[in-house]
Amino acid sequence: MKISRSEVMYVAHLARLELTDEEAEKFTSQLNDILLYMEKLNSVDTKDVEPMSHAISLHNAFRADKVEPSLANEVSLANAPDSHGEFFRVPKVID
Amino acid sequence: MELFELTIHELSQYLKAREISATEILNAVFHRIEEVEGKVHAYISLMKETAYEQAKEADRRLARGEATDITGIPIALKDICCTKGFPTTCGSRILQNFIPPYDATVVEKLQSAGAVFVGKTNMDEFAMGSSTETSYFGITTNPWDTERTPGGSSGGSAAAVAAHECIAAIGSDTGGSIRQPAALCGVVGMKPTYGRVSRFGLIAFASSLDQIGPITKDVEDCAILMNHIAGYDPRESTSVPEPVPNYRDFLQGGIKGWRIGVPREYFIEGIDREVEDVVRQAISTLEQAGAHIEDISLPHTPYCVATYYIIAPAEASSNLARYDGVKYGYRSPDGRDLMEMYKRTRSQGFGDEVKRRIIIGTYVLSAGYYEAYYKKASQVRALIRRDFDLAFERCDVILTPTTPTAAFRLGEKREDPIQMYLSDIFTISANLAGIPGISVPGGYTKEGLPVGIQFLGNHFQEGKLLKVASVFEKTAKIEKRRPLL
Repeated sequence: MKISRSEVMYVAHLARLELTDEEAEKFTSQLNDILLYMEKLNSVDTKDVEPMSHAISLHNAFRADKVEPSLANEVSLANAPDSHGEFFRVPKVID
Repeated sequence: MELFELTIHELSQYLKAREISATEILNAVFHRIEEVEGKVHAYISLMKETAYEQAKEADRRLARGEATDITGIPIALKDICCTKGFPTTCGSRILQNFIPPYDATVVEKLQSAGAVFVGKTNMDEFAMGSSTETSYFGITTNPWDTERTPGGSSGGSAAAVAAHECIAAIGSDTGGSIRQPAALCGVVGMKPTYGRVSRFGLIAFASSLDQIGPITKDVEDCAILMNHIAGYDPRESTSVPEPVPNYRDFLQGGIKGWRIGVPREYFIEGIDREVEDVVRQAISTLEQAGAHIEDISLPHTPYCVATYYIIAPAEASSNLARYDGVKYGYRSPDGRDLMEMYKRTRSQGFGDEVKRRIIIGTYVLSAGYYEAYYKKASQVRALIRRDFDLAFERCDVILTPTTPTAAFRLGEKREDPIQMYLSDIFTISANLAGIPGISVPGGYTKEGLPVGIQFLGNHFQEGKLLKVASVFEKTAKIEKRRPLL
């Protein structure tokens, strides 16, 4: 086993996902298959290979520090499931 | 010939000659949609009202003599491109009611050139999939055989073009999502170089891999759309300030003396015999056109799928963290506190494949596993890119099959993620290396299913790809068939 059911549940929690028993069962077995498949990479010699994070090497994309038009407050809030005045409203955070 | 069957370049001539109007073309396309959409389900939503306004505006523009070559042309947009004031779902329940406050740069560019938007096409949820079966809004079928998948994730765009429910379409490609469905639906699809087309307003999946591109009926139409969508965008910091050539210029001339590399690692066990036959046929067609075929090796090819399925989910897990039920999108009504609201929102809002990838991505980035998975994959990625750098020292372009098989049956791979992932085995490498690729129709299987030929080029060599694809299209003279719907 590469990953146990409880590890899957823990990672799901980190990702803010709630899994049903059935999902936990299915995902554990599928994730094991996937992680086993990824073991293929262990046979590649990567000593001294610089990791690649971007396909095209671009360095800092600078722009002038100038204020440009941006979305108005009410436009930014238009898609919010819940809002109040100028704010997004969420359920209580602490008791 | 019906109007909806024509290409951009054909219709554009009729429009400029004032022989037909943009409104007439749009009527024909919507008539076609009414006729076949019940069987194909290529669209999530239609933009009928605004489309007619755009068509009328296009007709006025044509009358003034200010038209471009896409003015009045009905184009479909993958529902991952933000459209101001019009729902953009990304195939997900979590964005079911999302109405973007701005247009994606590609949308803006096409619109200012006078294009008419027909609707938003179906796709795998958040572009995660190879069959368009993970969409929250139902599956799309392959117009050539409605028991089969159109491929994915841009399956709706490819099926819409193949079924003539639009004249051309926009898709996005993170691991093959333009080229694979284009191949399976018998149309042309290009993934440009990373950084060639602005992704501002493209809903992010895996930011180091995502790219927008055209899906069209022929190579000339692909060049036309590339002319309109390519270019630097100050709002997109990974877009590259490289001059954009006129891609139509590459449709002339031949490929005499060109060196075309054929990588031996792409002729693996598991590749369908009929697909291989079509590819071998394509190779001899290009030899007849004067190209030299070179046997080449891309030794890290067998590691592409594993590398991709670490990097793409890792980036996705981070990109999709923004769907938390606060700023936009779905919010579960039954979370008593913030944590419960987050969890219920995301668990109810995302489908299985998205959850699977978020979990893989979170796992490979988590403490203790980062080095073994993500760092390792990023190193192998560098080696995959180096394979291509070396190959392009010897070759002008590389030729491969686009997919190992023709369209597979609906449901065939739905519960087997690895089998589904392997259907992208020939397309993933281009995204990892950031190079451009194009899929063009190469022929049919005995059952009449289309087979695609893929050409890969070095960074910013889209012109070369269009040239070789255009020569192939003209020389091979693949019989034009029409899907029977």
